[in-house]
Amino acid sequence: MSEKAKDFFAAFKAGRMSRRELMSGAGKLGVTAASANIMLNAAGTDAMAADFDWMKFKGNKLHLLLNKHPYADAMIADLDNFKKMTGMDVTYDIFPEDVYFDKVTAALSSKSSQYDAFMTGAYMTWTYGPAGWIEDLNAYIKDPKKTNPNYNWDDVLPGLRASTAWNGVPGGALGSADAKQWCIPWGFELNSITYNRKMYDKAKVEPPKNMPELLDTAAKLTKDLGGPYGIGVRGSRSWASIHPGFLSGYANYGQKDLTVEGGKLKAAMNTAESKAYHKMFVSMIQDSGPKNWSTYTWYQVGTDLGAGASATIFDADILGYFMNGGDNKEKGNLGFHGFAANPNAKAPTPNVWIWSLAMNSAGKQKDAAWYFMQWASSTEHDMFGARKMDFVNPVRSSVWKDEEFRGRIAKSYPGYVEQYDVSAPGSKIYFTAQPLFFDVTTQWAETLQKMVAKQVPVDEGLDQLAASIDKQLKDAGLG
Amino acid sequence: MTDIAVPARRRRVQLLPYLLSLPALLVCIGILVPFVTAAYYSLLRFRLNMPAMKGFIWFGNYQAFLTDSEFWNTVRVSLLYTALTVGVELVLGLGIAMLLQKQTRLNNLVSILLLLPLMTAPALAALMWKLMTNPNFGVLSYLVQLMGVHDFKWASSPNSALFTVVLVDVWVYTPFIMILLLAGLRSLPKQPFEAAALDGVPRRFVFFRITLPMLTPYIITASLFRLLDSIQQFDIIYPMTQGGPGNTLLVFQVRAYLEFYQYTNVGRSTALLMILWAITYALSNLFIKQWLKLRERARGLA
Repeated sequence: MSEKAKDFFAAFKAGRMSRRELMSGAGKLGVTAASANIMLNAAGTDAMAADFDWMKFKGNKLHLLLNKHPYADAMIADLDNFKKMTGMDVTYDIFPEDVYFDKVTAALSSKSSQYDAFMTGAYMTWTYGPAGWIEDLNAYIKDPKKTNPNYNWDDVLPGLRASTAWNGVPGGALGSADAKQWCIPWGFELNSITYNRKMYDKAKVEPPKNMPELLDTAAKLTKDLGGPYGIGVRGSRSWASIHPGFLSGYANYGQKDLTVEGGKLKAAMNTAESKAYHKMFVSMIQDSGPKNWSTYTWYQVGTDLGAGASATIFDADILGYFMNGGDNKEKGNLGFHGFAANPNAKAPTPNVWIWSLAMNSAGKQKDAAWYFMQWASSTEHDMFGARKMDFVNPVRSSVWKDEEFRGRIAKSYPGYVEQYDVSAPGSKIYFTAQPLFFDVTTQWAETLQKMVAKQVPVDEGLDQLAASIDKQLKDAGLG
Repeated sequence: MTDIAVPARRRRVQLLPYLLSLPALLVCIGILVPFVTAAYYSLLRFRLNMPAMKGFIWFGNYQAFLTDSEFWNTVRVSLLYTALTVGVELVLGLGIAMLLQKQTRLNNLVSILLLLPLMTAPALAALMWKLMTNPNFGVLSYLVQLMGVHDFKWASSPNSALFTVVLVDVWVYTPFIMILLLAGLRSLPKQPFEAAALDGVPRRFVFFRITLPMLTPYIITASLFRLLDSIQQFDIIYPMTQGGPGNTLLVFQVRAYLEFYQYTNVGRSTALLMILWAITYALSNLFIKQWLKLRERARGLA
């Protein structure tokens, strides 16, 4: 980058020039649009560097463990700016999601110092934290010597900050005053309805407003479309089938996975309201779901929507976002809709999945790793990802207020921002934080499969599930 | 000089057997260390995410399994899967081997082509079959529909999931049994068959009274290999169904994998693996004893 071009972009960052002036001036200097994005972010990086000694760990070499994801792609695209700003080198191993968490568990449980930081979900930290494999990041965030003054932690959406902080007490409220910040939110997804507008028009139906309407709409779509099925939801025998649409709807009916009484946990899936919700969900899959639902992960749910094999999904909003772009057959045909399952609820209550960054306790250069983590979760990088890459959903409120980002999404993904605005206020993790999270949710998915296959009636299945979970909690000293 | 050199050479000669057995000893240690560690862990209450609970409980994990209906389901499914796959593969493998027994160019070519599924990694075969059985675009789903079977759900229904994974296992591993039995058939002495042909002995009699008894050592060897592999099945079942639907295919290895990687319950996971080891050990002992008996009988006859 020439010094003249550098100064030009720095002037924009300092607020001495409008975006229109920047773009026309960049053209005159012979800077292409792609280079302009990188230069603009480099100018942002220089601005970051002005108030903080980013070169403190110059010469260090960090090694990251990453999941193959658009968030990781956005970070990699911007990584040279971090290297230049800090003088550190950064290498990474990147794995597909199918094997990613096995790799993380193997690396962390062996106390290997191979990786300094890694991508994780908040639920996983309920295992990694108590096991002593990851650091409480409060010690870094709250230390002005370690964190740059412009980091603005409070800018990260409060629901996400709380959802990634837990005090380690089984059943303890997320984000409590004594909570440890096990990871930093990086990008997240909430659960809502994505639907195929063309199919809805053809069947003359409107996006459903609640669960009973969803059942009717999905059944009508399945009947009238003559091929595509009405509603796609996950069904594999895994915790991952419980956390998206299913739990979002469940929470909207005011239902819980577990209750906490006197410090003891108790299964709460067999209340009358829960049984009624399960009956609706099971019936919806039986009548209008995919034929091989019990093998469905997010991947099949998404690709069916993108390929026109399904008319609706009740899953991650970003899954709908990605299916509305790329090479998908139904690109541009998808609509987005915030969804409150309970007709009596005032607003949606989406459960969230938060891709986050965590620090390996066995790492040998934790302060340097924190430099990377604060840069990767900074407003500048979040803005770069949101404006220029597919870093949706960003975790910072300032980015959500950015007109350029909102304009880009509104243009290419009509209805997405509105869906987000309706869904976001009630979005958080609705599970009870406790060490048997994966045991409970996997068994829950197993029971759901049995109900859909009519191996067990819903009422009986939920009573059996609750009894089994209560026994497991008791055996583990939690119930 | 000579007086000194001789004892040195003798010492080297004396050390040679130990040096030669060193690699075997190292391999043995390499196997025994994780085995003993796993046996020790199986006696602990040990969840990685609840370190405060860690403690020695002797056979507590094993005792808990005895009253756990899920555990007995795992035993039942694992044994059923093993019996079905080994049984079907033996019958098919033997049938194909007999068809290819005569050494012709065509038979040799066919026997090589039939080995191709064995070259496919089972996990890849599972994914391939998962696509072929997809009800939206799978070629097998299409074919069964042409045959008038609608709404066949393959691995996603508890009624057909076992059938589907057994089918994939049979596709991958029948060639293994076929090639072993084909080698056995072609190495059998010709005289008894020639004598039976001269006497006009019916083919069924020749098969049951001459071919099958003479082939039994090969059948036992092939069955043993497959049995040990089949009872430890993971790479077909997990990619296709993750042990579901429900608990339909929750075999030992899938359960042990989930216990460790998902639930971080090291104690339960290793206890499951120790039980699997005990079953495998008992079954292989049974087979090897049969094999030794047959060998002794063959020597006695000779």
